Amino acid sequence: MSERYLHTHDVVIVGSGLAGLRAAVETAGCLDVALISKVFPTRSHSGAAQGGIAAALGNEEPDSWEWHMFDTVKGGDYLTDQDAAEVLARDAARAVYELEHMGVPFNRNPNGTIAQRAFGGHTRHFGEAPVKRACYAADRTGRVILDTLYGQCVQRGLHVYPELSVVDLVVRDGIVCGVIALDWATAAVHVFHAKAVLLATGGFGKVFKTTSNCFANTGDGVFLVYRHGFPLQDMEFVQFHPTGIYGLGVLISEAARGEGGVLRNRHGERFMERYAPTIKDLAARDVVSRAIMKEIQEGRGIDGRDFVHLDLTHLGRERLAERLSDISSFVRIYLGIDPAHAPIPVQPTCHYMMGGISTDLHGRALDVQGRPIPGLYAAGECACVSVHGANRLGCNSLLDLVVFGRRAGQDMCARVPTMDRSPLPADAEEATRERLARLRERTQGVRPAVLRERLQREMMERCGVYRSQSGLEKALETVRGLQEEYRHSVYLDYRGDRYNTDLMEALELESLLTLGEVILVSAASRRESRGAHSREDFPQRDDHNFLHHTLVYRDEEKIRLGTKPVSITRFQPKPRVY
Amino acid sequence: MELSFKIFRYDPQVDREPRYEVYRVRAEATERVLDCLNRIKWEQDGSLSFRMSCGHGVCGSDAVRINGRCALACQTLVKDVAQAEEVLVEPLPSFRVLKDLVVDLEPFFEKVRWVQPYLVGGNHVPEKERLQSAEERKKLDQVIRCILCACCVASCPVTAENDRFLGPAPLVWAFRYIFDSRDREKEKRLRAVDTQDGAWGCRNHFECTRVCPKEIPVTKSINFIKREIEKVLR
Ligand SMILES: Cc1cc2nc3c(=O)[nH]c(=O)nc-3n(C[C@H](O)[C@H](O)[C@H](O)COP(=O)(O)OP(=O)(O)OC[C@H]3O[C@@H](n4cnc5c(N)ncnc54)[C@H](O)[C@@H]3O)c2cc1C
Ligand code: SF4
Ligand code: SF4
Ligand code: FES
Repeated sequence: MSERYLHTHDVVIVGSGLAGLRAAVETAGCLDVALISKVFPTRSHSGAAQGGIAAALGNEEPDSWEWHMFDTVKGGDYLTDQDAAEVLARDAARAVYELEHMGVPFNRNPNGTIAQRAFGGHTRHFGEAPVKRACYAADRTGRVILDTLYGQCVQRGLHVYPELSVVDLVVRDGIVCGVIALDWATAAVHVFHAKAVLLATGGFGKVFKTTSNCFANTGDGVFLVYRHGFPLQDMEFVQFHPTGIYGLGVLISEAARGEGGVLRNRHGERFMERYAPTIKDLAARDVVSRAIMKEIQEGRGIDGRDFVHLDLTHLGRERLAERLSDISSFVRIYLGIDPAHAPIPVQPTCHYMMGGISTDLHGRALDVQGRPIPGLYAAGECACVSVHGANRLGCNSLLDLVVFGRRAGQDMCARVPTMDRSPLPADAEEATRERLARLRERTQGVRPAVLRERLQREMMERCGVYRSQSGLEKALETVRGLQEEYRHSVYLDYRGDRYNTDLMEALELESLLTLGEVILVSAASRRESRGAHSREDFPQRDDHNFLHHTLVYRDEEKIRLGTKPVSITRFQPKPRVY
Repeated sequence: MELSFKIFRYDPQVDREPRYEVYRVRAEATERVLDCLNRIKWEQDGSLSFRMSCGHGVCGSDAVRINGRCALACQTLVKDVAQAEEVLVEPLPSFRVLKDLVVDLEPFFEKVRWVQPYLVGGNHVPEKERLQSAEERKKLDQVIRCILCACCVASCPVTAENDRFLGPAPLVWAFRYIFDSRDREKEKRLRAVDTQDGAWGCRNHFECTRVCPKEIPVTKSINFIKREIEKVLR
């Protein structure tokens, strides 16, 4: 426990999902890089991504990057920064070809080109009809890209520190110069001294009870940035994916609807026709999630209960086996249902965080004034560029990871060699040692799991698909109460050193409790409905008062809110209909 | 229903020898064994260590031995194990135990890295994608399902006797690149596994195929490699 390990590198990348690995591939040739991750690289959450990665290759039907950019802006309910969306859409084809060259085994068309399929919110001619834009490898696209990028890192001899959790940033005079990490195998504290740190720690769906996210998605990187007084952006925008397996939250990819799957209510009615007449089941996720919740509220859930059916029975066994085999097997394993014969019970599940660490187009993290924080980068789901605005389109995340992960890497290669190494403060890990000692000294009180469960339920109930002022305020009271309890009575059942997952979960819970509060405060401040943020008491989008990003940061012990303008270049906001 | 879990416990820092501990847990038939392990850890005994991440069979973290068979705890349902009087949960065999159900996977990942798990595409980089026919791509369909859970390696009798044997999953990863029509180093790759500790180490016990949670035809894939060695190198 008291040993200290010091490592010195040019840059430290935290997180080995696609964002972290893509940045690592970029920097491996030019800088001395250390990659730290809570899990072995191939076990990162990105491996769960099923459906595909968006790029207007036009391999199956005409498509263009402008349409992709428009869909991204409209999908984000005009909160998307259009300069960022343009970078994303323009760079998409290059990014996908690059992945192909690295070895990603995409599915193929009969002529040997990369196969593409339809996905929610992807359209041709600025909203006219669905278009096939998602490049995929069956329904394990994320996994094969993860494996491929990991292979690239192996080829480049990248140094990985697996099963180390970063528990603090080292900041000196406003400059980020390293991280503190805990080794799960031994509970040793490691100090990493670097010229720059890239956070690629992924999302934090574990704030919610029902989620498609893995256990590691606790938002540690986002929490650390906030704790050091730097701003987070658009934290109220939490995506609920319409088709989580009922009761479990395990995802049934949108690819299921892209391949022709249909949602039905208790009367067998294809209800999306009423909510999105042009593209029906392939409307953006927020639209479909709300439609499902409406059906359930109005008593048209299956047997009057809180789920609807996703019907794939007409797709045929062969198509299911070829393109949706993993999800067919999830359904078989967890529900005992054969999707070729019976419909799948589904309900919305917390899936993706649009908000996160505020960054510029080069992945540089920004302070409240919008100036780059020296030494700090962020990419992937933990960052907010903001390319997804108020609601992310399917397949745009994987694209975001490889496009902006690479850009962050490029920027580090350009800047870091000329940067000075800020000296390490003598007490760099002092705060961490105190935090750990505090957690370990108490021998009775409340277990972390109890507090986490209460947080997740409260967030689910009052900050889910629909929200209201009174609900958010009640939840805020609850969450602050839980934070108090955490401070005063949380205790570890196990205080040993080896693989102390009890300790790990207690540390992660602090991230979750803080991010829960930040989400609620942000959501309460946005008195309108936009994208995934849907207020019962303010059902309309209000561009006059709220066409801006939310910033939230900590000043001393107080939470403060600010705003940031949206970049609008090509597309003026207009009503969003599908 | 209520179930008994008999779980392997060992903390090399304090225990001289491994032991077993029994826990009683309430569980629904449709719940995962992983849910039960979590409930034990969260409600009864925080000192129990195991790995997990995705919770639905795509990351490979929570491979353990359940009632003598290597499997993913998140993909094994309570109803699949409830017949046993006591559900026996142990770490993957053949690996060094670091703590309870957590084993040292470094030698495993080392072997995966040894097969050079990356495409060598040659010098010519086209502007767009390299073409690959749907049939060529189909050859990889099954092996790209591998999640590196190591269930196969832990179950392989050859691995148990000879720790130099490359083992099933690394051979699956070798297959992945040997049979990718875009790769330019097929011969070199074949030569690397044309050894007694490589492809020829496999003695067709089929244990790997039986336990693979992703239903990859592991043994068959290894035999394809052997056949390809005969065809290309002899
Ligand atoms: C089921 C599912 C299906 C999806 N399907 C698609 C899809 O088809 N298309 C699409 O575009 N998007 C999809 N998404 C979204 C997409 O997968 C995620 O947004 C994306 O993978 C996030 O990648 P990342 O690199 O930002 O982080 P992650 O892949 O989440 O990786 C985070 C990394 O950070 C590490 N880490 C976290 N905290 C710490 C810490 N404190 N110390 C050290 N390391 C830490 C973790 O170990 C991990 O390696 C899907 C998401 C889910 C849940
Ligand atoms: S088939 Fe080969 S690799 Fe598989 S268990 Fe048997 S000997 Fe091991
Ligand atoms: S081949 Fe199967 S059992 Fe072996 S590591 Fe891969 S997924 Fe696991
Ligand atoms: S937790 Fe990922 S495979 Fe079981």
